[in-house]
Amino acid sequence: MGWALAVQGGAGGISPSMPPELREPRLATLRRCLDLGGAALRAGRPALDVVELVVRELENCPHFNAGRGSVLTTDGTVEMEACIMEGRTLRCGAVAGVSTVVNPVSLARVVMEKTPHVFLAFNGAEAFARGLDTKDARYFITDASIERLRQEKEASKVQLDYTQPTKGQSPQETPPPTDGNSRIGTVGCVAVDSAGSLAAATSTGGYPNKMIGRIGDTPIVGAGTYANTLCAVSVTGRGEQVIRHTVAHDVAALMEHLGLPLRDAAARVVASAPRGSAGLVAVSAEGEVCMVYNTPGMFRACITENGHTEVGIWADTGL
Amino acid sequence: MGWALALHGGAGDIPRSLPTERREPRLATLRRCLDLGAAALRAGRPALDVVELVVRELEDCPHFNAGRGSVLTADGTVEMEAAVMEGATLRCGAVSGVSTVVNPVSLARLVMEKTPHIYLAFHGAETFAREQGVETKDPSHFITKDNIERLRQAKEANRVQIDYTQPMKGQSPQETKAPVDDNSQTGTVGCVAIDAAGNLATATSTGGLVNKMPGRIGDTPLVGAGTYANAICAVSATGKGEEIIRRTVARDVAALMEHCGLPLRDAAARVVAGTPRGTTGLVAVSGAGEVCMAHNTTGMFRACATEGGYAEVGIWTDEADGNGASVSIGL
Repeated sequence: MGWALAVQGGAGGISPSMPPELREPRLATLRRCLDLGGAALRAGRPALDVVELVVRELENCPHFNAGRGSVLTTDGTVEMEACIMEGRTLRCGAVAGVSTVVNPVSLARVVMEKTPHVFLAFNGAEAFARGLDTKDARYFITDASIERLRQEKEASKVQLDYTQPTKGQSPQETPPPTDGNSRIGTVGCVAVDSAGSLAAATSTGGYPNKMIGRIGDTPIVGAGTYANTLCAVSVTGRGEQVIRHTVAHDVAALMEHLGLPLRDAAARVVASAPRGSAGLVAVSAEGEVCMVYNTPGMFRACITENGHTEVGIWADTGL
Repeated sequence: MGWALALHGGAGDIPRSLPTERREPRLATLRRCLDLGAAALRAGRPALDVVELVVRELEDCPHFNAGRGSVLTADGTVEMEAAVMEGATLRCGAVSGVSTVVNPVSLARLVMEKTPHIYLAFHGAETFAREQGVETKDPSHFITKDNIERLRQAKEANRVQIDYTQPMKGQSPQETKAPVDDNSQTGTVGCVAIDAAGNLATATSTGGLVNKMPGRIGDTPLVGAGTYANAICAVSATGKGEEIIRRTVARDVAALMEHCGLPLRDAAARVVAGTPRGTTGLVAVSGAGEVCMAHNTTGMFRACATEGGYAEVGIWTDEADGNGASVSIGL
């Protein structure tokens, strides 16, 4: 058994031809998350603290679609959302539509701990955040996300941010090829600590070119984020599909009602979502770790107490 | 088998001493909704249309906590939310934080049908409403005297509460007692239906909790929490939103049926019994035509009808009913 941690930085059509200068900073951040998270778990920190600190790292990294570096709405603004859940107690907190809060995952935790509510959004969430670390909205907007929005508007369709432009096709069919910093994803972390307690946290800027006010799967408990006493799950992918397929909850439900091990439950749920729409990381109370996706790739990493570590994007065994 | 319909107007600590003038208008609306919904199903309308039209009626009735008559936030404003879901396709739509839209459930349906998204909230939802040309009114249209009074009491007691707390006439502020059960729930409204073709749908709508923080989102617009439909069943929940969210109530009813093969009644009873007492109620129909209305609160305004001729309109559930032929379960 023992502690375990898994982290994801987004699933999608991440091409093997992605240049190293785009790939390496993200992998480096994932490795740093493993070090930080592993050290915290080794030191006996609770899972809830660990998932929050790891997701804060990912939010602060501009190469991922969360916190700084979030993708932009159709108006060129940032509307971030996040969720955190504690498996043992089913306590949870979520925020959506935040545009000045440096670490949305921490705001979600404060909602959970300091209000009678679970979910605060838009102006109400921003008003509540007074006193937390906030920055002018422009802090969150990067050149890469501006360029990404421009491409999206050109392609004029809403899509996963890891979609790979295919060379040689007309702009009307697919986004133009790019080697810009445009492929970034939702972030998330799941952990089981040395006491066997589970927690999950997810954070995102959502879809590039999304409508103002659009809320995705991340802050919806049971869709993009879920934890109970059996497992903790954080999902990435096409938010609308993750919502209607209640992905995170369903992993736990299969374990609970059918007695499936984590790996089988997660595989079944991801396989039943439309191809190319979902990836997740999950851990169980027994210390099992699972990272599964039905997209070409998913930025991910994991570490367990017995020393197993993994950092990757693609895999031979991806579904 | 045939069609079936169930609807609710909120679960909560509804006292049996509820005066006639507070009980009858609500029961009358429930009966009217039952007639409208049953007529539509009889005429072959799809379940999705039926749940929308029934919930519109409930939103328009000022005696329920949805649309006009919604409870107020701590700022004295109205922030409404709603969701619809179609079981056969898993299509769904949801809105939150709307304050001028007369029928939030219809806006939720438009999100589902006219955007690439499922869920729009606050100013984004309001902007979309204007683009779609749905009926809107000044926010003051939605605010009723009863709700201003409920908010005043809640602030006095420094409490966030559900709306079935009875305003205490004739008592001085110092003598005003706290409601019997502080865990009383929202008078959220909802409807589930299965049509003549066997298709399932659900819709839920609410103003949320009295004295809620502005920006607070409850269970209603969260697919899997307060609203859910798939090919097996359709569920609409009401109660303490935060509990319904963390226990993914609506989705769990379907999961128990799917994975454990439980009939609707047992799945619903188990899920409701698994939430803290006094927090949850739901109505549900299954693909097999079963109907269930379960609550672990004192009461739940509810009604149901089936093609086979069964009909029920009620608030409380007696012990005997729970085990008998009634589709209502009081836990």
